[in-house]
Amino acid sequence: MATATDNRIADSVRDAFIAALLVGVLGFFFLALRTEIAPGGLALSTRWGLWFSAIAIVFVIRLALNLFLFKANRPVRTGPSTFAKIGASLPDLSGWTGTIMLVVAIALPFLVTTFLPAQQRQFIDLMILILTYVMLGWGLNIVVGLAGLLDLGFVAFYAIGAYSFALLAHYFDFSFWMALPVAGILAAFWGMILGFPVLRLRGDYLAIVTLAFGEIIRVVLLNWYDFTGGPNGISGIPKPTFFGLDFGRGEGNFAAVFGMPYSTIHRFIYLYFIILLLAVITYFVTNRLRRLPIGRAWEALREDEIACRSLGINTTNTKLTAFAIGAMFGGFAGAFFATRQGFVSPESFTFIESAIILAIVVLGGLGSQFGVVVASTVMIGGMEILRNLGFLKGAFGPDFDPVQYRMLIFGLAMVLIMVWKPRGLVTTREPTAVLKEKKKIGADLVAQGEGH
Amino acid sequence: MEYFVQQLINGLTLGSIYGLIAIGYTMVYGIIGMINFAHGDIFMIGSFIALTMFLVLTSVLGFTFLPVVLLIVLIVAMLFTSAWGWTVERLAYRPLRGSFRLAPLITAIGMSILLQNFVRVTQGARVKPLPPQIQGGITLFEGNAETGAIVVQLSYMQLIIIVTTVVLMTIFSLIIAKTPLGRSQRACEQDRRMAALLGVNVDRTISLTFLMGAALAAVAGLMFLLLYGVIDFYIGFLAGIKAFTAAVLGGIGSLPGAMLGGLLIGLIEVFWSGYFTVEYKDVAAFSILAIVLIFLPSGLLGRPEVEKV
Repeated sequence: MATATDNRIADSVRDAFIAALLVGVLGFFFLALRTEIAPGGLALSTRWGLWFSAIAIVFVIRLALNLFLFKANRPVRTGPSTFAKIGASLPDLSGWTGTIMLVVAIALPFLVTTFLPAQQRQFIDLMILILTYVMLGWGLNIVVGLAGLLDLGFVAFYAIGAYSFALLAHYFDFSFWMALPVAGILAAFWGMILGFPVLRLRGDYLAIVTLAFGEIIRVVLLNWYDFTGGPNGISGIPKPTFFGLDFGRGEGNFAAVFGMPYSTIHRFIYLYFIILLLAVITYFVTNRLRRLPIGRAWEALREDEIACRSLGINTTNTKLTAFAIGAMFGGFAGAFFATRQGFVSPESFTFIESAIILAIVVLGGLGSQFGVVVASTVMIGGMEILRNLGFLKGAFGPDFDPVQYRMLIFGLAMVLIMVWKPRGLVTTREPTAVLKEKKKIGADLVAQGEGH
Repeated sequence: MEYFVQQLINGLTLGSIYGLIAIGYTMVYGIIGMINFAHGDIFMIGSFIALTMFLVLTSVLGFTFLPVVLLIVLIVAMLFTSAWGWTVERLAYRPLRGSFRLAPLITAIGMSILLQNFVRVTQGARVKPLPPQIQGGITLFEGNAETGAIVVQLSYMQLIIIVTTVVLMTIFSLIIAKTPLGRSQRACEQDRRMAALLGVNVDRTISLTFLMGAALAAVAGLMFLLLYGVIDFYIGFLAGIKAFTAAVLGGIGSLPGAMLGGLLIGLIEVFWSGYFTVEYKDVAAFSILAIVLIFLPSGLLGRPEVEKV
């Protein structure tokens, strides 16, 4: 018994030593050495302290993990995990959870203005941002989660929606409410244009072509200077009005008509409710569509395309509708983004946005509507918290800039969450239609080799 | 005509770099069927290691003989970048083997963001310039002011890039075709489970595949550094997408296909910039990808996929 323990400690130390050695090798050119632009070319500077401390930290952490966490003789857990149980108890947002969450969402801006008046603007802005990503996530969920088509260029439709509204407002003086349906229709139209040629491709080929499409749209927006303003973008996009009432100061505006004292926060609360409404519409439409034959066909397509075809489902039409409807919601969200910012430029529609939206959908658990909410709150909220870590300057010195580390931590979180919970935070992937009774081994417990 | 030849040379040079990166994509896709999205950033890591090593050799250790310096830089960059490739596979992909197909793609995107920002934080966001190291070249056509002919030159730099690529391609093709490692790689590509049953160490084979891909990406990184003389933490993204496009164009899973695709993408890009507009060169490359995939869904040299039920 004693030898077993000794062996374990020895193994742990050896393993930690290897990990530290690896960090030493990997970090040598990045942590220990640094190239800097100096007069007359590049200059090298060394940071041995940083390098050694990185090695030491990794050694200690790895050793601690080996000794206390990764115990070899841990009992094998059987049955569904805690997350799976949570997922199963919250199958979708149609029950009481959804109602409660909607009530909370409606009440939130009022709670914030009452209890946190100092930071109300910041909070409501953050909530608008989270809801925008929830909506985008739900839109992409139709394509990736329900129909199982891997789309890496979803941001293209977001961009099309935003630019549709911006251009319509710029050239034809459209208001937000007039342009919103147009933006959605145009995005859906582009979704179909993209869909027609590429939908016969297999999963990964589809992924790369959609990625390429996203880049093409961005490059065109960037270089079509006469029409889109190129890198300067389009500014002066009108804000949405409340039945024709503006949110400015003075007579005949929202505050004056309703006899309230003027406050800038009204506009933000209004924007919040618009995106909440749009998100709820996305949610309801998706949920209704899931119960229609087309929604069933999407899920069937995701599970097994060959079986689908042999049962006489028109796979092209099924994929096209998924693409177009997902794109339409992306377009709506884009139009909202344009009006919220008042300014659009191609910089907002880089690949990283697509990656964030896809990460939200996958980390939330493919096909789970609730998961999208959880994942966007965690990811977007987490990124905002990192933005506000200025107090760490006290601990790490004045040169420490937390914003720099934001994307680093974001990437790390994406990897860690995925390795820890490969099936997403909330896992409900059971097909909505069941023949007679649920099988004991559900689809969500079978490792899915095919059909994503 | 002279212009055409010059563009052809430039295109082949750029295409060689894309081809070297594309091999990493195609090998990994062939063996585990995933898009190693972080591969473009491995290329970027490789070029940073090459730059730093070059500075260490020239300014700290005082080496002056350029061929030796470049050879050492090449070897060091290949070794250290391989370590990065191995680590990425070990941390982000191996735990997810046997999971559903989107999972490793998401960790790959996460890894890509992580690597980019790691380099950005540790090395700074500004571009790193390196003055041209290899100058001169072979003049193929003399310029003529009367007829308007321009000078066509195959620079030594371009020659080195093309020759190195050809040599490495040959070496790696031989490894795949003749050695036991290549045999187990091909076995894993065909049927991983069966290969494991027949005694092939699948995990080790996959790790070695990542090592090889990363080593070639490091070579491409060094080439890129020498050719353009400017690198930053973001070069991996576009180069990675182009190289993946090349791999798909040539037929993913096929080594000669990756090289061919790389050359084609390089040529398309250079000719488009030369004869049409520079701004839309990426659009041209991606549009041709889409067109090829519509008419030849398995790429130029790829095997058609057989769907099994």
